[in-house]
Parts: sequence; structure tokens; C-alpha cells
Amino acid sequence: MSILVGNDTRLLVQGITGREGAFHAQQMQDYGTNIVAGMTPGKGGQTALTHAVPVFDTCQEAVTQSGANTSVIYVPAAGAPDAVFEALDAGIQTIFCITEHIPALDMLRVVAAVDQAGARLVGPNCPGATSVGRAKVGIIPGSIHKPGRVGVVSRSGTLTYEVVEALTEAGIGQSTCVGIGGDPINGSSFVDILTLFRDDPETEAVVLIGEIGGDAEERAAEWIAEHMTGVPMAAFIAGRTAPPGRRMGHAGAIISGNRGTAQSKVDALEGAGVRVAEAPSQIPELLRKAGVRAD
Amino acid sequence: MKLQEFHAKRLLLAQSLPIPAYDVAETADEARRAAESYLAGGAERVVIKAQVLVGGRGKAGGVKLASTPDEAEQVATQILGMDIKGTTVSRVLIAPAADIAREYYLACVLDRSSRRIMLMGSAEGGVEIEDVAANNPAAIKKIHAHPHLGLLDYQARQMAFALSLGGPHVRDFVAIALGTYRTMIDNDADLVEINPLAVVREVAADGSTRESLQCLDAKITIDDSALARHPELELMRDLAEEDPVDVAAREQGISFIRLDGTIGCMVNGAGLAMTTMDLIKRAGGQPANFLDIGGGAKSERVAAAMSLILADAHVRAILVNIFGGIARGDEVAHGLVEARGQQERHVPMVVRIVGTNAEEAARILAESGDPDIQTAATLDDAVARVVAIASAAPVSA
Repeated sequence: MSILVGNDTRLLVQGITGREGAFHAQQMQDYGTNIVAGMTPGKGGQTALTHAVPVFDTCQEAVTQSGANTSVIYVPAAGAPDAVFEALDAGIQTIFCITEHIPALDMLRVVAAVDQAGARLVGPNCPGATSVGRAKVGIIPGSIHKPGRVGVVSRSGTLTYEVVEALTEAGIGQSTCVGIGGDPINGSSFVDILTLFRDDPETEAVVLIGEIGGDAEERAAEWIAEHMTGVPMAAFIAGRTAPPGRRMGHAGAIISGNRGTAQSKVDALEGAGVRVAEAPSQIPELLRKAGVRAD
Repeated sequence: MKLQEFHAKRLLLAQSLPIPAYDVAETADEARRAAESYLAGGAERVVIKAQVLVGGRGKAGGVKLASTPDEAEQVATQILGMDIKGTTVSRVLIAPAADIAREYYLACVLDRSSRRIMLMGSAEGGVEIEDVAANNPAAIKKIHAHPHLGLLDYQARQMAFALSLGGPHVRDFVAIALGTYRTMIDNDADLVEINPLAVVREVAADGSTRESLQCLDAKITIDDSALARHPELELMRDLAEEDPVDVAAREQGISFIRLDGTIGCMVNGAGLAMTTMDLIKRAGGQPANFLDIGGGAKSERVAAAMSLILADAHVRAILVNIFGGIARGDEVAHGLVEARGQQERHVPMVVRIVGTNAEEAARILAESGDPDIQTAATLDDAVARVVAIASAAPVSA
């Protein structure tokens, strides 16, 4: 099983002829992801990935002709919202948007359209998701994983890699690793992904990686207390030393007044029975204490 | 990007919101002339307000009243050049002082939880809304606008009634609320705040008084991700009030925040950069900065990041923490060695590069033979070493 992506994924790459799109399409294919189509307006009729993948002008054509059921977007910020709308209109139900710096007001319209279509959006400004040994969609380096039963969900990119590598080195494998992105307005929340992990028979424990800003971690904690008791969990929150009022790189990482602090998130998670690490390297040990064995 | 009050008012005026006349002065003489004209026009007093982006200007003495042109000049002389939380005041706003009957709070904000624009209102205006939220959260009314329908008239009326506005004020309030929402949409703002929105008494020529709603102070912040499509707003950026290091970082596409410690940090990824700071502090060190070098991390950008870090004379040691994914370790290593050659100031450096092309990176750093560069395999080890170096090193400027 695993969540979001797997052996059933038939992937459409939007922006496959661009620099980022082409590079990561190759990486995803090398990992074993089933890429069935690419799409770049005006490049229809070309092929990508050494002639293995047809490129279409529109998502509609790509879906009709290739049977794509999942899309990943490597389109610059100015065109990325439109890329999501087009994928939705073509009937794609699972969309990953890697693009960063999309204006927040654009995202309000995007997430409303995604909800209306009953689809799922992960991102924007996210590294995507990898179901270990099956499929990777996005930009997470494939080499850091080990197959196993721990689900990882994170608001960050490289910090996720750091944690995943620590798990792998400790012999603890992963089922699916998901980055939900660092923007203030995003498609999937921690709760959305935790719900999928809870319902996945192959995921037995979960690691949550949060950061300052907003209240997504607090809401996740509330949900965990109600729906995930008994599931071994560990968490890490970045930004304990971040100065208030400053945006720490991610558009969403800002402490406003006394809201969004690391302490509030740590307290909420610990209150829900989640073990919170002070360093990424402590996470494997916390999982072991919660009953997780090495694979 | 935060806007100055007078820029915020200009954007609100463009939506026809009621804002009392104002002038902006850079000298006491200009302030005097503006005051003269308002006082001659019937104003009993004028208010003179420092134009700074930092909060708390009132408490710092940056907002004062004056009843005569002489007094206005005196007050402006005091405020201009004043230091407010590290910012030197270079402009003041002058306006007729309003005779305030009641004060309200009104704002449009980006609400992350509901993923909608939220209209917030309170009858407890004129104070920090955070204080109201902490002490009396029930006093704040919140209404969400639909992303496709926008803020609707009836929603604005709901807010007016929730604030106990009545009579002719309801219609005026609806226009103000809708205008606030349009200001947000048209300018890609993530906050448009009017505080106070006031019922102001005015005396007409015949001696009769009337009351009207007026926006007396305004705060707007623009979504940084949307500035590329608003060149007219980019022009409102106050470079004088920005740290030159911040300006240089932005031009290079580097996220940089100066802190007051001694350990410079160069990291790829915002979450990992924050974590690196947290771990330094946990190990007893003090980070000198937050620095996310961004995706890609080509060698020119590495060199630019190094200059930003070394521009801070307090830096005694540098930690480079790169998890290669999109960023390639060998490119970062090349960049570091090159930057080293260009810099006059040699500060010891602990480098930890893992992920894509990490072995190549290690070889490049070893071959450089630079005695100031140490490599570390894990983040914990890198942090321990850099903290030890920084606490032992003398300040070298």
C-alpha cells in the first residue's frame, strides 16, 4: 500500500521540457516511477526521457491518451496556479505542486477549486512524496530511503531529508515520506496526511516535522489525541530560536505576536502523547522508545 | 513587505476610502508649512507622526500633537532624526487632529486555517489587536470571504451590526469594508489593517456638528511572492529602513536574517537552516545569522553568501550545512574554495556536505589544503566542532 503514490501511479509531468522538469523527470523515472506523459503548451508531439514519454500540449490530451492519474507541477510561479486548474479540469485527482513563490491570494482560489473538484493537492513549495521502493513524485533524493513502516510528513524539504537519513542509518525504514510545503496557504495539511497514514495498513508509526508559524501543528496535535492514540509517533519542530516577526525563509515560517511559536507546537504535540525531539538525530531513539523496531 | 503609513493610506485612497487630509514632510520647515495650512483651514490641532515600519512609535514619542505652526515645527524637529528601535526617522506625516467619538478596529487578513481572506472587526479599536485577542477574544468578530465570490455586502453589514454601528454609519462602513477587501485583492496584500477606524466629529461652517467614519491609521503588508507583478509597489520599498545586508541578500536570492551571535551559518533549505540555528544554541553557541542559500546553490551564490556572513565582524566561525538534493555538493564545495580565495578575512569553517555528490565535495575540500576548513560527517558533530571553535577563537576583525 503506502499513501498518495505507489505502483498504481501513472504520472503526468507538467513542465517536463523545462530545466527542473526534465532533470527531475529523469530522477523519478530512474527511481521506478511510472511516468506516462509530459505536458508543455506548444511542445505537443515531442518526446521526453529519451523518447520514452510523449509530450502533450494540454492536460486533457495527456490524460485521454496516457491514462495519467497523478500530476506533478514544475511550472514557474506565474503559471503554476493555471497548471493546477488545468490538471483538475482534466480529471486528475492527485496533484503535487513543487513550485515556490506562488502568491498567496492565487493559492486561495486554487485550493477552493481543488476542494470543489474533490481532488487532493500537495504543496505548493514542497518536495513531493516518495513511497519507498515504489514511486517518487517530486524532488526528494531517492538514495536516502530504506523501505519500512514509518510514515514521515513534513513542512520542509532538506530537513525532511535529514530526518529520513537519520532513520535509514538507524535501520528504521519508511513507508511514504511526504512534504506538504512551507507556504502559508497549501493544499494538504498535516491532518490530511495523518488521516491517510492512519488508514494505511503498511504504516505503523509516524514522524511529524513541523516548524514555526501558523497553527497546523497544534491542529495536528488535537487530531492525533482524538484519532491516533496508540500509534507510535515522534516529532521535531524547527525554529525554537527564531526571532519573532521575521520570516524564516519559508513564507509561512513567521511568529506573529505570541502565536506560531515552537514552544506552543511542542507543548501541543507532547500533550497529545507525541515524543518531541530536540535534534533530528534523536528521532530514531524516540521511535524505539515508542516501540518501533528496526527493519 | 511592510508599507509606510502614508503609502498604505495612498492605496486606501485609491479605493475611495475616507481618509483625512495629510501631508508628508522630510524637514521641520515643510512640517511647519503643512501645519499652517491645516490650522488656517480650521483645524484646532495637528498630529505629527513618525513614518517608520517598526511598531510602538507612539510609546517611543514618535506621535505628537501641536496647536500652532511654531509648536509643529518644534515637534517635527524633535521627531525627525529620532531613533525608534534602531530606525532613524526621516519623514513625518502631518494631519489635522481628529475629534474622535469612538474607535474601531477593521482588517482583512490572510487566514491560514480556513484558507480564506478573513474580515476582522472589533469595537475595541485604537489598541493593539493582539492585546484584545489575548484579553477579550469575544470582542473580535471574524467573517470569511469566499475565494470566488469575494466579500459580499451582507457580510460587511453583519460586521457593522456586530460592532453596534447604526444609522448612516452602516452604509459607510459597508463601503469601507468592501474597499479594504479590494485593497487586499488589488495589491496582493496579506494584511490590510485600519486601526483606528473612528467615528469623528466635525464642526461645519454653520456651527453644527456631524459625525462620520474615517480611517485614521493604516497598516498594509504585501505578499513578497507577489511583488514581481506589482512594480508600482516595489517602488514603495523603504531601502533607508532596511539593513543593507538584507538588501544585498535579496538581490542574490538568499534568505538572510542577521542575529547577534558569533557563528555564521550557510544552509540549504529554510527548515534545515532554522534547525541548524536551534542546534547551535542547544550546544551552547550563538548563531550570527539565518541563511538559506536556496535551491540549486551555484558557486556564485555560495560566494555571495560567504560575503554576507563575513560582513558581520562578530563572526568567529562558520558552519556550512548542505544536504544535497537539487543542490549538488561538489558545486557548493567549489564555491566555498573560490570564495575562500576572494575573502581577505579568514574565519575557521566547519563544512558538512551530504547527499548528492557528497564524496566529490569532500575530495575538493581536502585537495584545497585550506587549514581553516574542517569537515564533519554528521550535523551533531559539525555543530559541536563549530561551537568549540567559536568559544575558543579570539575576535578577529
